[in-house]
Amino acid sequence: MIQQTAAQMADALAKGEITSVELTQAHLDRIAAVDGQVKAFLHVDTEGALAQAKDVDARRKSGEKLSPIAGVPLALKDVLAQKGIPTTAGSKILQGWRPPYDSTVVSKLKDAGVVIMGKTNMDEFAMGSSTENSGYGPTFNPWDLTRTPGGSSGGSSAAVSSFEAPLAVGSDTGGSIRQPAALTGIVGVRPTYGAVSRFGLIAYSSSLDQAGPFGRTVLDTALLHEVMAGHDAKDATSINAPVPAVVAAAKSGDVKGMKIGVIKQLQGEGYQKGVQARFDESLQVLAGLGAEIVEVDCPSFEYALAAYYLIAPSECSSNLARFDAMRYGLRTGDVDGASAEAVMSATRDAGFGREVKRRIILGTYALSSGYYDAYYGSAQKIRTLIIQDYAKAFTQADVLVSPTAPTTAYKIGEKVDDPMAMYLGDVATIPVNLAGICGMSLPAGLADEDNLPVGFQIMAPAMQDQRLYQAGAALEAALLSKWGAPILSKAPALGGK
Amino acid sequence: MSSLSRDDVAKLAGLARIEMTEAELVELSSQFGMILDAVARVQEMDLSGVKATSHPQPLENIARPDVVLPSLSPEDALSGAPAQEESRFRVPQILGEAE
Repeated sequence: MIQQTAAQMADALAKGEITSVELTQAHLDRIAAVDGQVKAFLHVDTEGALAQAKDVDARRKSGEKLSPIAGVPLALKDVLAQKGIPTTAGSKILQGWRPPYDSTVVSKLKDAGVVIMGKTNMDEFAMGSSTENSGYGPTFNPWDLTRTPGGSSGGSSAAVSSFEAPLAVGSDTGGSIRQPAALTGIVGVRPTYGAVSRFGLIAYSSSLDQAGPFGRTVLDTALLHEVMAGHDAKDATSINAPVPAVVAAAKSGDVKGMKIGVIKQLQGEGYQKGVQARFDESLQVLAGLGAEIVEVDCPSFEYALAAYYLIAPSECSSNLARFDAMRYGLRTGDVDGASAEAVMSATRDAGFGREVKRRIILGTYALSSGYYDAYYGSAQKIRTLIIQDYAKAFTQADVLVSPTAPTTAYKIGEKVDDPMAMYLGDVATIPVNLAGICGMSLPAGLADEDNLPVGFQIMAPAMQDQRLYQAGAALEAALLSKWGAPILSKAPALGGK
Repeated sequence: MSSLSRDDVAKLAGLARIEMTEAELVELSSQFGMILDAVARVQEMDLSGVKATSHPQPLENIARPDVVLPSLSPEDALSGAPAQEESRFRVPQILGEAE
């Protein structure tokens, strides 16, 4: 049962072939069996999940009209507040915190009858690309338990790829949904900035952060996308427009006559051979389906990584000032006579990990007087050029494509002491965030040299998210018929199966 | 090659209210040169006449109708407080003794 797609599960629920309680229990059993190895979850809400499942079963029985994925279980990235449930953002500074409110994403999931099984591991405050920066230890890639599942939403990607959950929510500030999806052989979408409410999403870099869906298929991902997205008055940057018809697009999956632009700057040198090979192969598949492949030039993308690693740390140095040991979260050093400032400094030293400190210090430097124009100011101008490059490219193509990440999953510990090497893994995903547009990663096969999943990235203009699903579904269907079985069937079985 | 000394990092850590150990200060200062060289690439392009973008959307202030809506109860608001007293957050001393 747990091997099915979310769409199949939803169908079985609607037909009364299974109950949500049975489906949820099967996933909780799977978590109990394999999460000791994978460590995708920071908190499993067994009782709460079964209560939600029971409730949705009752609503269905009473004849209530339910959302298309009502009763389907889900794993939630620990960056989203859920009332009464431990929420840490992967940080020791929030250990034990139970939010007194629901984020809008959680409210929408609850309204849709989606069963939230628990909170998934992540790089602390979403700063990282491997989950190794979590304050609670890393998550392991189900394809090879010595490797990272990517990050920062690595707990969510590992949960879905290990069949612990059919769906998961992540967040993507510089690639944190798309890159882990690529490294674990699943689908992940970063929606257009402003499409999904950020209310209750613990902020890292407010002008870049966006929550989004993970699934094992393009359609499953669309079903979750449609439930999460929509205008929210509680988020001043929320776009007041209808949600793009992503489910319909995922069902149509037609690329005949579609213009697909290959970004010259996001391929070739620096990309692993097997990654480039699967990418090129997917392009041929799309061309075979009737798409027109063109090359587009985005010269400013060479500077996207540099701009990102100034903008995101600058915003984070300001956003994380709220962790001041006064109103919630950790407080240490509160001895008689200690000043508020001393308590604050001691708490932030004890509660923040290395990468978070590194980025706060870098952001503090980039924003300090005398350096502001040279660093943060220049980065903001690069951002303008990236937006202009995209705008021009989208006059030549309907969607743009690249490999999602330059390499397949790397070993745990391989890059943890070399921050620049880790940052380079985000080179292909970051431009989407800087421009506020949308992007998807879907499996393109396994790299020949290591038999690990490769991600294919599709990008579309703001609020044209349906194009991702339209192109993604077409590629997915063609690759599936070529492979004969879903890519995850090639992943090794985990113990306790 | 850019660099930040141990003392530069200590000053920034003070501004960011993070009390760092000596080992942390030394480690960060040794990593910063490389990181600063990488991010300083933003200065390589000719950016004269380019406008800055602080946000991907044209932002405007949004005011909601001035009506009372439900909000957190004092108990809920204080539920995560490290310390509380008389339905308020209890915080360490903010002003010096002399003040």
